[in-house]
Amino acid sequence: MHIDKDLVAASATPLVLALLVEGESYGYEILKQVRAVSGGEIEWTDGMLYPLLHRLRRLGYVTTEWRTPPEGRRRKYYAITDAGRDALAEQQRQWVTVTQALADVWRGFGGLMTAPGET
Amino acid sequence: MTPVESHIAQWRRFVGSAPAVNGHDLDELEGHLRDQIIELGEAGLSEDEAFLVAVKRMGDVDSLSREFAREHSNRLWKQLVLSSEEDRESTGREWLMPVGFAVAAAIVIQMALRMAGFPDEPSDWLARNLGSFVLPFLAGYFALRRELDLRQWLLTVAPFVLVGIVINLYPYTGGAATELLVAVHLPVALWFAVAYPYMGGTVRSHRRRMDFVRFTGEWFIYFVLIALGGGVLMGLTGLILDPIGSDMAERVIEWVLPSGAAGAVIVAAWLVESKQRVVENMAPVLTMIFTPLFALMLTVAAVTYAVSGVVGEFDRELLGIFDALMVVVLGLVLYSLSARDASQPVGWMDRIQLVAVSGALVLDVLVLAAMLARIGDLGFTPNRVAALGLNLILLLNLAWTAYLSSRSLRGQVSVSRLERWQTAYLPVFGLWAAAVVVVVPPMFAFS
Repeated sequence: MHIDKDLVAASATPLVLALLVEGESYGYEILKQVRAVSGGEIEWTDGMLYPLLHRLRRLGYVTTEWRTPPEGRRRKYYAITDAGRDALAEQQRQWVTVTQALADVWRGFGGLMTAPGET
Repeated sequence: MTPVESHIAQWRRFVGSAPAVNGHDLDELEGHLRDQIIELGEAGLSEDEAFLVAVKRMGDVDSLSREFAREHSNRLWKQLVLSSEEDRESTGREWLMPVGFAVAAAIVIQMALRMAGFPDEPSDWLARNLGSFVLPFLAGYFALRRELDLRQWLLTVAPFVLVGIVINLYPYTGGAATELLVAVHLPVALWFAVAYPYMGGTVRSHRRRMDFVRFTGEWFIYFVLIALGGGVLMGLTGLILDPIGSDMAERVIEWVLPSGAAGAVIVAAWLVESKQRVVENMAPVLTMIFTPLFALMLTVAAVTYAVSGVVGEFDRELLGIFDALMVVVLGLVLYSLSARDASQPVGWMDRIQLVAVSGALVLDVLVLAAMLARIGDLGFTPNRVAALGLNLILLLNLAWTAYLSSRSLRGQVSVSRLERWQTAYLPVFGLWAAAVVVVVPPMFAFS
């Protein structure tokens, strides 16, 4: 299944923030996690993650720190802030509303369409 | 160096040639690329294959650097301004338009001076109109450059027309104090009117407002540089013409100086637009030098005032001086904010800045308290209203700045909050200047 790129872009912020709630992480790791949780369906161009992360940094949703772990290369770690958690909660509310509305509408078509998960 | 290492170095150079991507970003991207190569290598790909796949996954460099540019516009605000391809092709003729505007402004100011009978006994209307002779050309220059549509053109022209009507229809009495106030505040109000075409109509954008702050600062630096050069030129001209008769030199300077200053307003703006790289690194350096010096001066002054108290006779200009001081401090704050890379953590410069702002606040509150205590005896004059109003506006701005900046030092809010506060506050200054031009004169019956 190919997911429309506008949809991918819109879901990028909540996805990254949600992954960072689990604990701080760095770019490559975040990308791998996104692939894993979406079963490979959500494909990002790797490089595009970084401007996004920098935007989150500017908005104060994440903090950054360059660190060298005992085994491995020097990496820039991103950790979520309280403002980031608030933003994520807000995004969650919006996404729930949207998916809810979509599900209701699709159910409304009755015979024509079936909502995902219903048969 | 193994082949793949040299490939990586080459890729890094290529990506790094984009102006919005800086060294730290490159480190981060390269780290990502290496992680990917290692993982692909573990999956069985050869180094070369792994490199190719990793680069491909990274995305093409053009869209990558565009994405970085969108996020880090402060690193390349000038490219956003120049941008399009045809601009780059036509650089040979680029100077024609600004020089044309500069010449037009110079001619208009010259005609106005002649009509007003300058320099013998200039009419009253000259001083209060002075700001409206030059800045329309600057607005026009930006309106053309940004290729505004008709509606935006009308919105650009409207404030100039309105202000022109208001200041010329008000029945000022000769030598009125309010007239002088208008002469000072009009250029400020109109400068904010120039912001509209400068931002290409997108006045709500926080980023574009910051660009305008940068532009204002850089423009000021260029203008001062041109003025210094012009000063040397005028001085030498005077000396050279002196043997012919001192009157001669005076005449020449009376002619050249106003036109030169008017033209310099436009030329400085054009230089900022097209040659930013030259000054780009100077502005942060200047703030770096002067912020600590001002912090020191303000701390010493605040302590002295607090110990000795505000005693003795109040100079009537005192409030004006403190206004100027706060404007300078605010300028330093704005400038260091506009030059600041939001991805940098807060550091000692932010602390010093907070010291400077706090010092200015303490001083101002002391003076303001003393002033308010006496304003009953002194009464309100147009000058005092203008000075007091500006003082309160600046006080409010700096107080909240100090609050936000102390919170950001403790890591409670991000620095961008401070930036947003400043850009959101900008219109207040323009509106206040406009209010002094439009509202204050009638309040005092144009006396």
